[in-house]
Amino acid sequence: MTATALAFSRVSMEFPGVKALDDVSFGVAAGSVHALVGENGAGKSTLLKILSGAYTPSGGSLMIDGQPRVFTSTADALAAGVAVIYQELHLVPEMSVAENLFLGHLPQRLGLVNRKQLADAARKQLDLIGEQIEPSTKVGRLPLAQRQMVEIAKALTRGARIIAFDEPTSSLSDREVRRLFTIIRELKARGCAILYVSHRMEEIFELCDAITILRDGRHVETGALGAFSRDKVVQRMVGRELANIYNYAPRPHAGAGLVVEGVCGPGLAEPCSFAAEAGEIFGFFGLIGAGRSELLRLLYGAVKKTAGRVTFAGRELAIASPRDAIGAGVVLCPEDRKKEGVIPIRSVLENTNLSARRRHARGGILIDENWEHANATRRVEQLRVKTPSLRQLIRNLSGGNQQKVILGRWLSETVKVILLDEPTRGIDVGAKSEIYAIMQDLARQGVCVIIVSSELPEVLGVSDRIAVMRQGRIAAILDRADASEEKLLKLALPVETARAS
Amino acid sequence: MPTASRKTLSAFLDKAGMLVVLAILFLGCALGVDNFFSWANMKGLTLAVSMTGMVSCTMLFCLAAGDFDLSIGSVVACSGMLAAVVMNHTGSVALGVLAGLGLGALVGLFNGFIVARLKINALITTLATMQIVRGLGYETNHGNSIGITQEGFFWLGSSSFFGIPTPVWITALCFAAFGFLLNRTVFGRDALAVGGNPEAAHLAGISVERIKITIFTLQGIMAAFAGIVLASRVTSGQPKTSEGFELEVISACVLGGVSLTGGVGSMAFVIAGVFIMGIVQNAMSLLNLDSFHQYIVRGSILLAAVLFDRWKRRRGAA
Repeated sequence: MTATALAFSRVSMEFPGVKALDDVSFGVAAGSVHALVGENGAGKSTLLKILSGAYTPSGGSLMIDGQPRVFTSTADALAAGVAVIYQELHLVPEMSVAENLFLGHLPQRLGLVNRKQLADAARKQLDLIGEQIEPSTKVGRLPLAQRQMVEIAKALTRGARIIAFDEPTSSLSDREVRRLFTIIRELKARGCAILYVSHRMEEIFELCDAITILRDGRHVETGALGAFSRDKVVQRMVGRELANIYNYAPRPHAGAGLVVEGVCGPGLAEPCSFAAEAGEIFGFFGLIGAGRSELLRLLYGAVKKTAGRVTFAGRELAIASPRDAIGAGVVLCPEDRKKEGVIPIRSVLENTNLSARRRHARGGILIDENWEHANATRRVEQLRVKTPSLRQLIRNLSGGNQQKVILGRWLSETVKVILLDEPTRGIDVGAKSEIYAIMQDLARQGVCVIIVSSELPEVLGVSDRIAVMRQGRIAAILDRADASEEKLLKLALPVETARAS
Repeated sequence: MPTASRKTLSAFLDKAGMLVVLAILFLGCALGVDNFFSWANMKGLTLAVSMTGMVSCTMLFCLAAGDFDLSIGSVVACSGMLAAVVMNHTGSVALGVLAGLGLGALVGLFNGFIVARLKINALITTLATMQIVRGLGYETNHGNSIGITQEGFFWLGSSSFFGIPTPVWITALCFAAFGFLLNRTVFGRDALAVGGNPEAAHLAGISVERIKITIFTLQGIMAAFAGIVLASRVTSGQPKTSEGFELEVISACVLGGVSLTGGVGSMAFVIAGVFIMGIVQNAMSLLNLDSFHQYIVRGSILLAAVLFDRWKRRRGAA
């Protein structure tokens, strides 16, 4: 057994009204990859923020190589060889790769940046992780996966020996994930201690050596991964048995539903047509950039379609804006909750009522506070949103609970078609299965549920039928019984690549 | 570990915010500054803040929706000039007032259209209209002020009810009306949502464009109204007046705790900000503080308020 590079010793963290971490202790060995799992709100993010120096724990201590350390800033953490790589990368998009790598300690002479030396040093760092990126490229022009590589190179540039990853694969393609894993394994071979936060069980079981499970801010268990099965991990995370998180049950379809004919617009390579019955759960699978989100945004009127007809139960839906769409009973839960879904600095109550309050206002003008309170209370209970109060700012809620509030917003409307764009991205298993149950409920009530997902097990687990999109067109529509992971992937891969392989 | 009493105290401070500071400041001045707490001085003080107060109401909406408007000082001057010219030419007070308000509405509509529809940054847009409208004010009478000949018009600025000047009543009415609009109407809540996250608001079916255009138009009308009240008080149209007024108004709002990035604001904040500025100004004059010092004090207070707000938010962040 190698030495413990990083240890949390009885760490607690309190915020007004919330105990985010309660007496958490575990260690991470040098030269190992240690998984950190837990539902949203379990305390993973808080733990990472303590590690990165963003928070100072209210109790307990952080031990680096057996020495207690207190970080009061990210610079402190970096100086101690600790780097945290977040989902939202902390790079300056307008600066070059080389500048980003050495940000804060650019090689200089007499206050002037030595470009040549900078480029050479950057190339050397990038070579270390086997990444061929031109150091003068602006970071903003790189695809997300490469930006992540730059972030890793940046951590290594600072001499980081303890590296934490926060959901690093949530927006990567399969091939990019492979690449990331190779690099993480190399870091491990070099003796780095890696803390790996993820919701994806497949990845954890493939990559990690040990695992720590948190629940509700408390430490549940730490151990070698070999001693765990997936079911056991999930069970420990939620504290109860989850037989089948998708809970799929066939439903009778309620007849004519959404018919999309020849819809064209930005992001689509050719006119798209499909029909989803009322009461059906209709999945869209595809690689990132295949046009799935774009299609949903066209149907929702967030982007104007250039041609095509959309009908529901035979009646044409005239949708030129999101407002029209909501009026016609078509609603959208957008892909990027933080940027497009919630108003972060407003309350749970306001975020729930954001749309329906227009219809419930007295004379169309005055807010009906009784209705607002009653509706928000009802949705929070119905969807089991975990929040200390309706007045809580929504940004203080976990991702899963934010998503539930957005669902609650739409349940407050009369919904015929619900468009869900990656509804469970970055959400823990417990909340996921609750969201699947809500989808089934809606479908049972005759709502046409359209879900876009990049997770194969999810799209296969919940959908009655699945459309596969590839390069801006619908490549195929498969029945649940005919669909398999292999088939969907094969259909989703770009044509050129498919031929070449 | 914060105790229960400290928690309630900080919750109270969060809610009351600058109103507490205002109360302390008021008490301090009442006890420490001679002649401060006299009827005449109170009347002068409220009259002095009445214009900032009126226009702060609509600036609150502007800031809440994530924009701001620099053209208001110019609108104050230009609408006063236009009202004066129209009154003198037509002999009708009503026509003059309407012309002034109409000008404000047009400028606001124009600002709103450029910002909301053409998606041009509000700083640049209103910086441009600020200069254009200032120029128009000068053009109205070749750079000279105009004495107003319609004496009936002076009533607006110089009359009083129950001993309180009419402009002060109007400002109080504005505080109440716009406070109601912000808190109790869908329009007000939507404005805050737009400021908090325009993209999410749009996807939730809120017409972001319409809200922004409405807010800028209201802002223009309110600034024009303040300009007309001012013209009535000074019995003339003054093309040079109210330079830097926009910064005074924005300062008052921010001082009270309205966020410059949008999404956060309440009328209580604005009232506190307006009065804190007014009281400090008033106390400095009573103490015969040199006007050069006054600039420094005002700037320092604004900076202190913003730092206080940041500190409060850091501590409250969860």
